[in-house]
Amino acid sequence: MGFAIQFVIDVLSLGGAYALMALGLVIIYGILRLVNFAYGELIMVAGYTMYLTSGSGLPWIMMAVFAVVMAVAFGIFTDYAAFRPVRAKSVTAVLITSFAFSNLLQNAALLFISPRPRNVPLPEIFSQTVSIGGAITPVRNLITIAASIVLLAAVAFLMRKTTLGIAMRAAATNFTMARMLGVPANLIISSAFALSGFLAGVVGILWIGRIGTVVPGIGLEPLLVAFIATVIGGMRSLSGAVFGGFLLALIDTTLNYTLSQDLLKFRDAFTFGLVILILLWRPEGLIRGPASGQRT
Amino acid sequence: MLDIRDLLVNYGTIRAVRGIGFNLAKGELVSLLGANGAGKSTTLKCIAGALKASGGSITLDGTNITSASPEQVVRAGLATVPETRDVFPDLTVSENLMLGAYIHRRDRAGNRDNLERVHNLFPRLAEREGQAAGTLSGGEQQMLVIARALMSRPSVLLLDEPSLGLAPAIVERIFEMIETLKRTGLTILLVEQNVNQTLAVADRAYIMRLGKIVASGTANEIRSTTDLSAHYLGG
Repeated sequence: MGFAIQFVIDVLSLGGAYALMALGLVIIYGILRLVNFAYGELIMVAGYTMYLTSGSGLPWIMMAVFAVVMAVAFGIFTDYAAFRPVRAKSVTAVLITSFAFSNLLQNAALLFISPRPRNVPLPEIFSQTVSIGGAITPVRNLITIAASIVLLAAVAFLMRKTTLGIAMRAAATNFTMARMLGVPANLIISSAFALSGFLAGVVGILWIGRIGTVVPGIGLEPLLVAFIATVIGGMRSLSGAVFGGFLLALIDTTLNYTLSQDLLKFRDAFTFGLVILILLWRPEGLIRGPASGQRT
Repeated sequence: MLDIRDLLVNYGTIRAVRGIGFNLAKGELVSLLGANGAGKSTTLKCIAGALKASGGSITLDGTNITSASPEQVVRAGLATVPETRDVFPDLTVSENLMLGAYIHRRDRAGNRDNLERVHNLFPRLAEREGQAAGTLSGGEQQMLVIARALMSRPSVLLLDEPSLGLAPAIVERIFEMIETLKRTGLTILLVEQNVNQTLAVADRAYIMRLGKIVASGTANEIRSTTDLSAHYLGG
């Protein structure tokens, strides 16, 4: 019983974090059909903001809010610096500028802060554990689950019930048509980047909460996770990204529990092997995005 | 109302529209006819702001909208219904209509009245309000894109081949609806392949061939004096 509870909590907390990462990536992809390779650096920005404000004596929650605000700001900045100047020109150009921007941010962190891990302040509660039905579990896992439920619900509400959200969904299926109805392209794109930055900021704090330190390359794993989750779930669907995140967490956690010590270091090889199988079976991802808008 | 002069549109090195000019007076229904590849849809997309003109001018009610963005064009009072029948398939019918009124989103009362008017025009859409637009039939989707364009309260409506790929009975109803819209005083530019039905509702028509206007006149003049098959079949 205790084991089952432990397993479920592990899957849900890892899955919640993966789902939020994937959602932040797919929101941009849905609208611009471009993977924002600088997405992982938004998580890095959140981490270093925490590190840099750690000496300020502010309450932790204020530092966390500030870190999320910085991630949002850098999300919007990514749009202005890497996407907007070349958006209309070519897909290749935008791919390269988003890579370049990612590199630039990472190297700025290397140069101005340090290549070595830096401690990030964490509240007491992140290192505490509780016992639920016989399973000892870190409180931060429960916080991650709660945060992902709240955020997924909030994003669902935004995308379904508000004019901005509906306009963003419309722009994701047919950008030109949305513009022909008067939906301003720049507003939609900047909102998508802001939302993406917001999710990256929150997930960054939860993610860094597992390790307690931030390094310049911290964004790589979340970017990879988000990318794979969206590929499994379906690049064009928000719910697909969330589903892909949870599925990836289920695969990872199951492997963690079942693989022997010797094989555990090859866990990623097993995970990616399964991902390849899933893609052979369903090349367009498990959840199909909206139809292309053509007539019946 | 709408005045096009010396319009040039290129797709890369292909010159799709080669210096055409035409105009629409207020309340007029003007048709642009021609075979596939004549440049009709390109002209419409360019007026709508979705394609950049390489030369010439587009004036809407005295305002120059030649290099306006699609957002600016619809705000200026010109709505476009593209031939690709672009409903937002995963959005419901009412969400699609709500987005049509995006530029008036603060005027909730006005939108409610307008929605009622649109529902009267297309009772079918009222029935299907909560349904995803992608699940509608082709004819219903066509009604939805026209209704959605009307939600922006345009003074000029561009319709690109509304009858394309629809059953004859539905085409009949689409044309009836176009006549109803014309009676409300809306200025309409109708691009069509369906020559006879179009000339029956249009006040005037222009015939395009290979990016140029080769004939123009009132619907009757076009019908009696122009050898349409020549323009369509490339004779």
